[in-house]
Amino acid sequence: MSSIRSRRILAAVSGGLGFALVLTACSSSTPTKSTASGSADCAAYKIYGDLSGKSVSVYTGIVTPEDKPYMDSYKPFETCTGAKIKYVGDKAFETQILVRAKAGNPPDIAIVPQPGLLQQLVATGAAKEAPAAVATNVDKFWGADWKAYGSAGGKFYAAPSGASVKSMVWYSPKEFKDKGYKVPTTLAELKTLSDTMATGGKKPWCAGIASGEATGWPVTDWMEDMMLRLSGPDAYDQWVTHKIAFNSAGPTAALDAVGGYLKNDKYVNGGLGNVKSIASTTFQDGGLPILDGTCSLHRQASFYASNFPKGTKVAADGDVFAFYLPGVEATDRPVLGGGEFNLAFADRPEVKAFQTYLSTDTWANNKAKISSDVTGGGWITANKGLDVANLVNPIDKLSASILQDPKTVFRFDGSDMMPAAVGSDAFWKQSTAWITGQSTKDTVDKIEAAWPKP
Amino acid sequence: MTSLNPSVEPAATPEAHPTASRTGHASTRIKKKTSSPTASAIAVLLAVVWTIPTFGLLVSSFRPERAIKTTGWWTFFSNPQLTLENYQTALGTDGQSGLGSFFVNSFVITIPAVIIPICLASLAAYAFAWIDFRGRDFLFVLVFALQIVPLQVALLPLLTMYVSVGLGGTFWTIWLSHATFALPLAIFILHNFMTEIPKSLVEAARVDGAGHVKIFFRIMLPLLTPALAAFGIFQFLWVWNDLLVALTFASDDTVQPMTVALANLSGTRGNAWELLSAGAFISIIVPVAVFLSLQRYFVRGLLAGGLKG
Amino acid sequence: MDTSAKILTMLLAILLFVAVVGVMLFIASRTERKGARFVAYVFLFPSILMLSVGLLYPAVKTIYMSFFDAAGQAFIGLGNYHTIFTSPDEITVLRNTVLWVVVTPFVATAIGLVYAILVEGAKAEALAKAMIFLPMAISMVAASIIWKFVYEFRPDQPGVNQIGLMNQVMVWLGGSPQQWLLNNPWNTFFLIVVMIWIQAGFAMTILSASIKAIPDDIIEAARLDGVGSLGMFRFVTLPMIRPSVIVVLTTIAIGTLKVFDVVRTMTGGNFGTNVVANEFYSQSFRASNEGLGSALAVLLFILVVPIVVYNIRQLRSTESR
Repeated sequence: MSSIRSRRILAAVSGGLGFALVLTACSSSTPTKSTASGSADCAAYKIYGDLSGKSVSVYTGIVTPEDKPYMDSYKPFETCTGAKIKYVGDKAFETQILVRAKAGNPPDIAIVPQPGLLQQLVATGAAKEAPAAVATNVDKFWGADWKAYGSAGGKFYAAPSGASVKSMVWYSPKEFKDKGYKVPTTLAELKTLSDTMATGGKKPWCAGIASGEATGWPVTDWMEDMMLRLSGPDAYDQWVTHKIAFNSAGPTAALDAVGGYLKNDKYVNGGLGNVKSIASTTFQDGGLPILDGTCSLHRQASFYASNFPKGTKVAADGDVFAFYLPGVEATDRPVLGGGEFNLAFADRPEVKAFQTYLSTDTWANNKAKISSDVTGGGWITANKGLDVANLVNPIDKLSASILQDPKTVFRFDGSDMMPAAVGSDAFWKQSTAWITGQSTKDTVDKIEAAWPKP
Repeated sequence: MTSLNPSVEPAATPEAHPTASRTGHASTRIKKKTSSPTASAIAVLLAVVWTIPTFGLLVSSFRPERAIKTTGWWTFFSNPQLTLENYQTALGTDGQSGLGSFFVNSFVITIPAVIIPICLASLAAYAFAWIDFRGRDFLFVLVFALQIVPLQVALLPLLTMYVSVGLGGTFWTIWLSHATFALPLAIFILHNFMTEIPKSLVEAARVDGAGHVKIFFRIMLPLLTPALAAFGIFQFLWVWNDLLVALTFASDDTVQPMTVALANLSGTRGNAWELLSAGAFISIIVPVAVFLSLQRYFVRGLLAGGLKG
Repeated sequence: MDTSAKILTMLLAILLFVAVVGVMLFIASRTERKGARFVAYVFLFPSILMLSVGLLYPAVKTIYMSFFDAAGQAFIGLGNYHTIFTSPDEITVLRNTVLWVVVTPFVATAIGLVYAILVEGAKAEALAKAMIFLPMAISMVAASIIWKFVYEFRPDQPGVNQIGLMNQVMVWLGGSPQQWLLNNPWNTFFLIVVMIWIQAGFAMTILSASIKAIPDDIIEAARLDGVGSLGMFRFVTLPMIRPSVIVVLTTIAIGTLKVFDVVRTMTGGNFGTNVVANEFYSQSFRASNEGLGSALAVLLFILVVPIVVYNIRQLRSTESR
């Protein structure tokens, strides 16, 4: 067994060599060099200069299949400037981005889906303010409210990216045509329609809120829509910023209004069971019974279109479509929506250039054209420079026209703006408990108690 | 190999390393008592019940999406709708790099993450078991108690440290992290095995003038090989299937293992179970292969050192 | 890095590690003449170093942070602990955790032990054991989908089929489908079943090996005394494998305290199924409440103390023989 001793000596000697080799092997590989293309299409990209050999990393929660359109939309930038964009999609984005920012290991750019999360990231000190070119673009293409969502502490950080419209109700156009139903234009008409549909024992509404650890978030959307309509946009803003308590009259009434639909035995859960089944049905499955005819109405965001099986025709004359969730009056146009923001953690020239590209209408139109090829719902943005003609899907056209309508009063999803302890925890959890039997009063009281003390 | 001290009285120290025939002998005795039809029936029932859920997933991975979401997997037998599409999509994911490179990453991550803690833990376990020093008991209890620390509390401090020394984005962060998290349990279990080796063997070696290092290599390691192999399998499984450590420390997708790629397979909105089923089975192949190939270590006996009273 | 570069990195890392260990052993054998304890120090050095930096320091920091508020800035003393013990939701969390820790180790070990004895020496022993071991080889993500197909609920309506096995069996037996994961408090038990399903393989593996190691002189002697199979189990097998049983119970108990994937993926901690480990994760990583998250982690540390104490006692009594 003296081989063991000689083995040790050999190991010790090779260790020194090995160490040196490891260091060389571990050095980062040189990025692929691509020269700037001289095609005419690159005229718009000349202002970014020559970024050959440079690399920008993008980190997001958007994975397959929506990630491909993003990567494809970056290609013109890559070809024309020579830069390389590295896209990493991760479902655990929301927790991991905070960990990375705090540990000093952030990506160059993160696509952040919640203003509340944006605030947290800025608070870590790792985020960089947006360059002036981006601010100019945002002033040009978006309203002051969108710019505010991407700001923190009075400074502007992140340009908006995509958007989604949440105040939609999915329905079956065929059923409406056959039964002679009309799309409601006020909340009262919606209630009447539901009652009409419920005669004869059929349950008109279906819903699902299960979503792993995010279970309960669709209820928050319902409540935000109701709050916006019943109490008005100003009260909504106060609610989201905690200027009024979560358990004050306005929010309580909003949640009770939701209860009029989601906790109403006569209305739910079409094709899926009783009220409690809302909690065990995944949000992805929540609207599918419309296709089977066992349900007629499902309130969900525009992005729900991608949940229908391949081959479903999503159009005003197709198998399923959506109408705008009306306000109290027919002239009210409150719209609840969501969106993403491009937040930078580095200020190298190539990162700034890419950030600027993402805030232009060029990128918005590129992306919209490419996304329209993805089955189901495509992609829209609140960027006013978006040419609606680039959108192919009817649902996208509808959503974009709602966003661009000057009469629209847009408000960002409330739970995405509230502090994480509420918007990503208590609000979801208590909403779920509310569905399975907890009273409205207990629910709003508990959420109010969870609001972090300043 | 080392000589044995066979004993005749039942109460005496049992053999350190039963030879194959003795093991067979012992099991035949037990076998005579437990091979009754009832016993076999119960065993078969348990095995079937245990396997049914996994079998359900296997069947589902071959069914089309619509079928999975509307009917139970058992209907496959009355109405078979077979498709290989799920596997094709899972293996050839476009958009991101194909599953192939993640597979390589899983191997590259797992193998050192198994070797490093086993080596360090066996040395430490030996020190705790066979060398007397002041504070030994206290230190051992401390190491044992560290098992309870959830690795989540260590994620941020470790990551901050790695980034500040410039290791961020390499495999080293994952190797070191996995090794650290595995140490408490590894030391605990290996220590348990080491104490079973009869003192007489060690005494004999000391009388011959062997130092601790020699004893470690010439006596301990050979006797413990089955134990090391067994713990190695558990550690392999744990690292291969780990998601959280990989997510935190492998921020670059050039170093991410398969578990991350699979977790993302379910889609941004998380409803592609058919892909997850296929992906899960692709991922299971390697651990099962490892387990089956190292089966003989289990058969020979984890606690080859024998047991005291 | 391409494939060959990655494999090269790995091989070199292993080589480097072996070299480091080699140097250590070299030093150890040289210092032995000064006293055996120096060998111990050298052997222990890398492990203790990694544990101190990687686990001990974060653990101490966590205990420290548990006395601070959500952002980790203001000292609030026992405020977080007060929240934990007075909020009714949190009391449920504690109750569930205790249920998990008490039920899982004993049931998993019992099943593993019984199965190990039943297949001992059987013809298809390896295959039989592989079938119980299989759940251990499956990742948590896969396990949660597997059990989703067992517990899934669909309403009892015409045109709607059950896709969960348990509800299908209920329907076949004439009953109506149940919301297994929604109904408190049985839903916790259904989640515990998943953990038992996974851990029984671990118990079986370790206990099977220790059964094989029982010397046959002892079996022989007992047989000669006329002991039956039940008596054999009670008076011979069980006492002889006692240390392994303790190892298994302990390891499973500690693992159960820490596991939160099962709860997080299957119910998200809703419907009264939440456990301390999952709540710790939610508070620390989702709600960004470092103070409360840390306090919950400290609670885990405290819950493990009885297990540690029991183990030390067993170790002492075994060593004294």
